[in-house]
Amino acid sequence: MQKIKIIRKLPDKNGYFGQYGGRFIPETLMPALQELEEAYSKTKKDISFQNELKHLQETYIGRPTPLYFAKRLTRHLGGAKIYLKREDLAHTGAHKINNALGQALLAKKMGKKRLIAETGAGQHGVATATGAALVGLECEIYMGSEDVQRQSLNVFRMKLLGANVNEVNIGSKTLKDAINEALRDWTTNVRNTHYVMGTVFGPHPFPMLVRDFQSVIGREAKKQILKIEGKLPDYLIACVGGGSNAMGLFYEFLYDNVKMIGVEAGGKGIESGEHAARFAGGSIGVFQGCKSYLLQDDNGNVLGTHSVSAGLDYASIGPEHPYLRDIKRVQYTYATDKEALSAFELLSKTEGIIPALESAHAIAEAVKLAQSLPKHKIIIVNLSGRGDKDVQQVARIKGIEL
Amino acid sequence: MNKIETTFKRLKAENKKAFIPYIMAGDPDLEKTIEHVMLLTECGADIIELGVPFSDPLADGPTIQRAAERALKAGVTLRRIIQFVKNIRQYTQIPIVLMTYYNPVFKYGELPFIKDSVAAGIDGVIIPDLPPEEGIDFIKLAQDADLSTIFLVAPTSTRERIKYITSVSSGFIYYVSMTGITGSKLDMDRTFKSHIAHVKKVADKPVAVGFGVSTPEDAKTIAQIADGVIIGSAIVKRLYEHPLSAKDFIKKLREAI
Repeated sequence: MQKIKIIRKLPDKNGYFGQYGGRFIPETLMPALQELEEAYSKTKKDISFQNELKHLQETYIGRPTPLYFAKRLTRHLGGAKIYLKREDLAHTGAHKINNALGQALLAKKMGKKRLIAETGAGQHGVATATGAALVGLECEIYMGSEDVQRQSLNVFRMKLLGANVNEVNIGSKTLKDAINEALRDWTTNVRNTHYVMGTVFGPHPFPMLVRDFQSVIGREAKKQILKIEGKLPDYLIACVGGGSNAMGLFYEFLYDNVKMIGVEAGGKGIESGEHAARFAGGSIGVFQGCKSYLLQDDNGNVLGTHSVSAGLDYASIGPEHPYLRDIKRVQYTYATDKEALSAFELLSKTEGIIPALESAHAIAEAVKLAQSLPKHKIIIVNLSGRGDKDVQQVARIKGIEL
Repeated sequence: MNKIETTFKRLKAENKKAFIPYIMAGDPDLEKTIEHVMLLTECGADIIELGVPFSDPLADGPTIQRAAERALKAGVTLRRIIQFVKNIRQYTQIPIVLMTYYNPVFKYGELPFIKDSVAAGIDGVIIPDLPPEEGIDFIKLAQDADLSTIFLVAPTSTRERIKYITSVSSGFIYYVSMTGITGSKLDMDRTFKSHIAHVKKVADKPVAVGFGVSTPEDAKTIAQIADGVIIGSAIVKRLYEHPLSAKDFIKKLREAI
């Protein structure tokens, strides 16, 4: 338990979770990160900021999101009880809004005029554009052209919300390249711009700040399951791209006797090399501002990734995750594209809920695990987002023309 | 005293400023890079900055990113570049500074990287995504081995940071002319001049300015206030797109400084 108590105090003052984290960024941005760190530490204690955020969480995002007992899925699998934390019912359709709104408010307090963000699946882009519209800031989104193709619906939504969407045509044309471009924009416009990092990644203080804004998920889930079942769950499951929905669910339970599983994107299988499973196929490296697990070659160049889900298609992972893995607090596994697609359909048919392809990876793990557990065990799966954005992509994969 | 310091000392005695061109090692291959190094030497370069290709060069603009992509395609790695410098030391003793991102160095191992670099005849290293706070061990190891650690100062750097950065830099200070990426357009306003004057006052080392210097006119203006002028994207672009006129262009840059 001693070890666990230390976890909640991390990151340390240099932004490290054990050996992971830090601040590996060009000098131009260092003062902005220090300014952000100071501003965040003030707002954390600022009751009026916290009240405003809470009010918006309730009246704008729609929190608390429900904890739903997936009765038919549970019956279908014939094992542990599966509950879904319904982040898909949050405004804009995913957990991303928890963080984007928090950061938009913070940026406004800091006197910034402009928000920029990167996006993979488009959910973070939509959430940031929404936050910007709500608080009245300009908004610029960077998105890889590959992802623009996969997620055209979300591109249109961002534009409707008043954001400028910049297609990134360089490198692998996915999330990592969008982050490079957003960092370049930030370097150029750092004086009036806040970079809304979309996940628990990047240079300190982003991993901490995003985790804190997302930890509302776990706080609610804990209260809800205690009310419904009178006890804590046995397992928590969440998908892990950068890892913000997982950190959001796990953080509140770190002290508790609850097992946790993070599910990475296994793509076409680890042996194929076409995946985004950083733990199964990566090693420690420094990328886009922090030290963490990374898919890289022997010379330290970042490898291409693949996932059916744009939101998990990322070469690295938030630095708190490898730390939790090292101390054996969280176990990490992966689900392949095929398993995720099958879970996508299963949840749709058994519960009438179309999950985001990201969340379908977590469902896929729940499917495997629930069947091996007795009926009195409880699993909470974070349903991080809804699948509307993925419907066209799934139809394409199935060869159906819409 | 290493070759970078000797160079600046000599230039000062001659009342001259340093011309520091940047090229990407391996763009489009290492054979061509030998020619480029010799060309730069012939055109009067004082120090050569040799870029190490990296898959995600976030401090660089499109010109250098594309050059890195070409070099990576040619199979150029940090290991091969160190070997390359060892080989070209038969032909030239011009000071060479590697500009690399941190991950290739981290993957190589800090100490092996420093030892191999010094043994190959590399004089200094610039790592734009390694702020000195993250490089405490690296700085010590490098300085023990007499490998200069050149850190960046930016227009956004606070006075405290300038003091800290200049105290741990060796060889020279790399002043980034703007809040932007390499190859952006230069904007020399009054703040720029006063900021650079402050850096020069605080640092007891030469200050070279880079980012956005693309014409002989830019170079001339910078040379009036700095100890050295670093030119990257403009040269990389010229060498790749108009190799025949490159020599003339580089000579004009040298003359302007």
